[in-house]
Amino acid sequence: MTISPFGARRRGVRLLRNGVAAGLALGLLASVQYLAASTGRAELPRLLSQTGLYAAGAGTTAIDPQNRPFSPQYPLWSDGAGKSRWVRLPAGATIDVLDVDRWDFPVGTRFWKEFTFGGRKVETRFLRKDGPASWSFASYVWNEEQTDAELAPEGGVMNVAEVAPGRRHTIPSVEDCRACHDSARTEILGFTALQLSTDRDPNAPHAEPLTPGMVTLKTLVEERLITPARPELLDAPPRVAAPDPRTRAVLGYLSTNCGACHNAESSLASLGLLLKARLEPSHAPHHDPVKKLFKPTAKWQIPEAPDGASAFVTPGAPDLSALLVRMRSRRPSTQMPPLGTVLHDREAIDLVTAWIEDLGRR
Amino acid sequence: MTRRRLAIPFLVLTLTLISGMLVRAGAPAAPAAPGAPPSAADSIARGKYLVAFGGCNDCHTPWKLGPKGPEPDMTRALSGHPAGLAMPPAPSVPPGPWGWTGAATMTAFAGPWGVSFTANLTPDKETGLGDWTEEMFIATMKTGRHEGKGRPLLPPMPYFNLASLSDDDIKAVFAYLRSLPPVHNRVPQPIDPPEAQ
Repeated sequence: MTISPFGARRRGVRLLRNGVAAGLALGLLASVQYLAASTGRAELPRLLSQTGLYAAGAGTTAIDPQNRPFSPQYPLWSDGAGKSRWVRLPAGATIDVLDVDRWDFPVGTRFWKEFTFGGRKVETRFLRKDGPASWSFASYVWNEEQTDAELAPEGGVMNVAEVAPGRRHTIPSVEDCRACHDSARTEILGFTALQLSTDRDPNAPHAEPLTPGMVTLKTLVEERLITPARPELLDAPPRVAAPDPRTRAVLGYLSTNCGACHNAESSLASLGLLLKARLEPSHAPHHDPVKKLFKPTAKWQIPEAPDGASAFVTPGAPDLSALLVRMRSRRPSTQMPPLGTVLHDREAIDLVTAWIEDLGRR
Repeated sequence: MTRRRLAIPFLVLTLTLISGMLVRAGAPAAPAAPGAPPSAADSIARGKYLVAFGGCNDCHTPWKLGPKGPEPDMTRALSGHPAGLAMPPAPSVPPGPWGWTGAATMTAFAGPWGVSFTANLTPDKETGLGDWTEEMFIATMKTGRHEGKGRPLLPPMPYFNLASLSDDDIKAVFAYLRSLPPVHNRVPQPIDPPEAQ
């Protein structure tokens, strides 16, 4: 057999092409497998009505009674959205609350949060624990007829509903979800010992009244849904340690709206702004979370402020308190939180302003 | 021998050759095996190589006009937009394909996103990356958000290119940046586009 040099060259090109194609195919397959494994979204139902939120055969008109409503005492500001929340634990399973700041939910736990603006359902967020350390994050976008909601793209959906003239609500990307939920000691920000405490803060901004059937710490203890039993959670219900009611409300609000990222366990801890309310061992008398805020900002400077005058909180000086200045802003470069809101939280701004002014009189 | 039987060895050979090309010509090698961390010196050397190849100096080092034309001012390497260089309002760009403008220093850019200034990447505690952790740096490069959680990085920062690096390579870049002399240079905050102000 003879092989012409041209034939060998053509064969070489074909082999190279085959090899490169095989490499690309392997790479693509690996990428798809990585994405499926890392996000779990490949297994998420396409429709909200398929996630188990609603009673069988009821479409989206009746919540499955296995899903229990709850309401955190310090709700997250979401531009005034109406919110409804439900949780379902797997049958017979309990929440491990050995570490009271880090609840460990059983695999199979599901959470839902429905957002309404102007009385219309806009999105329902869905969290599902798929493994010992993995959660699926998803959002479902309601259709025009309000009959069902469809799984949103992983990158989110911009401008789905007007929340004020010229301002529109955006459904967050999965990455946005993880920016907050992966930064705390428990991934579920509204279902913690503090949020479900029976000692609810009457001054919490946007607090929602408890309605019959809502899950609280009392429910969890009495129905033996937590392990260990921890009856002390009812005997001495968790509350934010503070010297006065206003400070309690401020620290509770900041804990929910800022503390998901700004906490001691987050990658942002080195910035020195720790706003997550801790229940243990922060009860110690020497702990003063307020004084820790009276220090220069790590880097961000208040516009027009004298050099070196920017502090997280300056007692008696709201305009020199970066924490408040950034709460007031809804400019993309400045606003805090940096995502999930396009409108000021006027009630909270008034509360924090009065608190800072009062700090200057002490 | 059939083509199918030849394809796999050929693929292996091709990938081996490509891998070999990447570590030749003096390029500091990536860690040989997962779980075997490189020495600090190796990591810094590889970070320096990646920073040079990745074009970080193109924008994070102010450019000046040298005898042969514009060149990065390496006396201010990677210290970002100079605090003392106050920029006048950006020129307006008429509708059409011209979409953005840039400063002669290559450290300030204006476009639909507003005005962005390149960051001080030196380890100065107050104005640079001095208080950043390795975890924050990796998260920023992977997500395109400040500290991995804050506001989005602004154009023209090509974080998406860096996101394709391995964690070890991003750590090497961070190690190199931490090895630089700190430069105290407070870069201005970005300016939002008019419709967002």
